[in-house]
Amino acid sequence: MPKPSENSAPAAKISVRDLTMAYGSFVVMRDLNFEVAEKDIFVIMGGSGCGKSTLLRHLIGLREPAKGTILYEGEDFTATDPDQRGDFIRRFGVMYQSGALWSSLTLAENIALPIEENTQLAPKAVRDLVSYKLSLVGLSGYEDYYPADISGGMNKRAGIARAMALDPEILFLDEPGAGLDPLSSRRLDDLILRLRDSLGSTVVIVTHELASIFAIANNSIFLDTATRTQGAVGNPVELRDHSENPAVRLFLRRGEE
Amino acid sequence: MNECRQMPRSETPPTARWKQDGGGVVLELSGAWHHDGPAAVIDGDASDQAPESYETAKLEGFDSTLPAFLLAHLRGVGKTPAADAGEDQQPSLEGLPPDLRGLMDLALAVPEESDARGKTRAPSELGKLGKISIKVWEKIIGFAEFTGLSVLALGRFFTGRARFRRSDFWMIVQECGPQALPIVTLISFLIGVILAFVGNVQLASFGASLFVADLVGVAMVREMGVVMTGIIMSGRTGAAFAAHLGSMKANEEIDALKTFGFNPFDFLVLPRLLALIVMMPLLTIYANFVGILGGMLVGVAVGIPPVLYWNQTLVAVTLTTASLGVFKSFFFGAAIAMSGCMQGMNAGNSSAAVGQATTRAVVASITAVIVLDSAFAAIFTVLGI
Repeated sequence: MPKPSENSAPAAKISVRDLTMAYGSFVVMRDLNFEVAEKDIFVIMGGSGCGKSTLLRHLIGLREPAKGTILYEGEDFTATDPDQRGDFIRRFGVMYQSGALWSSLTLAENIALPIEENTQLAPKAVRDLVSYKLSLVGLSGYEDYYPADISGGMNKRAGIARAMALDPEILFLDEPGAGLDPLSSRRLDDLILRLRDSLGSTVVIVTHELASIFAIANNSIFLDTATRTQGAVGNPVELRDHSENPAVRLFLRRGEE
Repeated sequence: MNECRQMPRSETPPTARWKQDGGGVVLELSGAWHHDGPAAVIDGDASDQAPESYETAKLEGFDSTLPAFLLAHLRGVGKTPAADAGEDQQPSLEGLPPDLRGLMDLALAVPEESDARGKTRAPSELGKLGKISIKVWEKIIGFAEFTGLSVLALGRFFTGRARFRRSDFWMIVQECGPQALPIVTLISFLIGVILAFVGNVQLASFGASLFVADLVGVAMVREMGVVMTGIIMSGRTGAAFAAHLGSMKANEEIDALKTFGFNPFDFLVLPRLLALIVMMPLLTIYANFVGILGGMLVGVAVGIPPVLYWNQTLVAVTLTTASLGVFKSFFFGAAIAMSGCMQGMNAGNSSAAVGQATTRAVVASITAVIVLDSAFAAIFTVLGI
C-alpha cells in the first residue's frame, strides 16, 4: 500500500473536505468537513432521510460526490478511478442496513467467500476463522443455515460477522442496532468496542440510537436536515451538553431542552 | 497490530507450543499470526488438552487467525460452554493479553439462542425416500388446491364478488398482449416459412406444390400457432408472473395485502389468469395469420400466385379446424397463468428462491402446454374431429 507523503503530519484515517452530495440536481447535503482519526468510533447521526446512508455510500465509493474530496490517510479516494480502488476497498468492511447476505449461500459460506478469495489460508483455517467470527456475534452453531431461515436480527449480526471477515482497518456499519433487542444491541456495542481495542479497527457507524451513541462513540457528525449541511462535529456527550446548535442539542436530548 | 499488518514483515512464523509446567498444561504462543502470513506451527504432545494458562511473551502480533485457532482448539477438546451446558465451567484464559482475552470472552459467551437450536440429523436412505414421497404428495395436493382456488376465484369474478384493481388488470393485459406481438410475429412468421419450405421439398416431387397451402394452413391453425404462442407466453409471461409474485412474497407485500383484508388470490392471481385467458386466443389467431403469410411468401417464391395460394388455404382450413386451435388456447392461457402464479405465490423468502420459482414456472408451463396439447390430440382423434 502506498504511503502518504513523508513530510506532512500523520494524516487522519478519513478526511472529508467540502463534500457535496446530490442526486442529480437535488442536493442532499453540502459542504461537509470532518476527520476520523485512527481507532475512532465515529457516528453519523441525524434525522430520518437526512442523508446518513448516502454519506456512508459516498465514503465506501458506491456513489460519487457532486463536489469535494474524500481522503484515506491522506490519499485521495475520490480522484482514484473507481476501477482502481481495490487497495482502498480491501481495507473496508461494510455491513448493510438489512444484512445483505447472499441468499443462496449459508452463513458459513457467506463469511468464507471473501476469506477464500483474498487469502491463501488452508480450508481448515478458513473454517476455524468462520466459526470464530460467528461466535463473536453470538451465532455459533448457525454455520449451515441460510439467511432466509434465521431472524432479521440474526441476519444483521451475520452481516457484521461478514463485514469483519478480513479484519478490516475500517468497519462501516449502517444502522447496526436497528431491529435488535436492547440486550443484543448492548452486546453489539460491546463487540464494537472490543474489536476496536483488540484489532485497532476504525469504526464508522450510521445510527440514531442515542444509548448506543453515548456508549461507544468518541466522535460524531450531525447532519442537519433543515440547513442541508453538517450541524456539528465532535464528541456526542460534549455536543449534547455544550453544542451551540439547538438542533443538535434537541436531537441528543430527545427533544427535551 | 494494525500497523504491523501494513509493514513489510520479517517476523517469525506463528507457533503454538504445548508445555507441561509443574503439573499444569501451558500453551506458549509466539510469532506473528496473520491471515496473509505462513501457516501456524503446532508443537508439543499435549495438544489434545485445554491449556490451563498461556504464555504470550514472544507473541509479535495477531489478527483474527489467532483467536480462531484457539477457539477451534477449545471446541475440539470439548472445552466450550455449549459442550457442558449447565456447569458454568469456562476454559482458563490466564496469561492472554487483555485484548485477546476480551475477544475470546466474547466468542466463548453462550449464544442466546443456543437452546432454540434443534440438532438436525442426516436422514437415512429410507428416510430420504420417505421425505421425497411426502414432498411429491404435497406438490400434487398443492397443485389441486391451487386449481380449486382458481376456479373458485373465477366463480367469484363471474358473480361480481371478486375484488381487484381494474387498472392492474389492464396493465397485465397490456404486458401479456400487445407487448408480446413483436416476438409472436417473428416466431410464427418463421414457423410458417419453415413449414412451407419443408413441405414444398416433399410435395414438389409429386408436382403438388399447391398443397403447400393446405399443409401450412392446417398445421398452423390446428397445432403450431397455438403451441408456439403457448411456449412464447410461458417463457415471457409465465416467468414474469412468477418473478413478480415471488418478489412480492419475499418483501412481505403479500402479507401486507392480507392484513388489509384483500384476498391475495383475487387481487393478484385472478387478473393475471383472466388477462391470459383473454389474450391467448387473440394472440393465437394473430399467430395463425402471420404463419399463413410466411407460408404464402415461400409459395410465391416457388411460383404459386398469391390469390391461388390464398383460395387454396381457405378451402383447406375449415371453420372447425380453425376453431380447434383457438379452443385449445383458452386452456393453455389458463395453464400458463396458473403455473406462473402458483410458483410465485409459493416462493421462499429470498432472492434465490425467486430465481428457483421462475425456473419452475417456465418448466411447468411449457410442460403443461405440451401435455395438454397431446391430451387434446387424443380427444379430437377419438371424436373424429
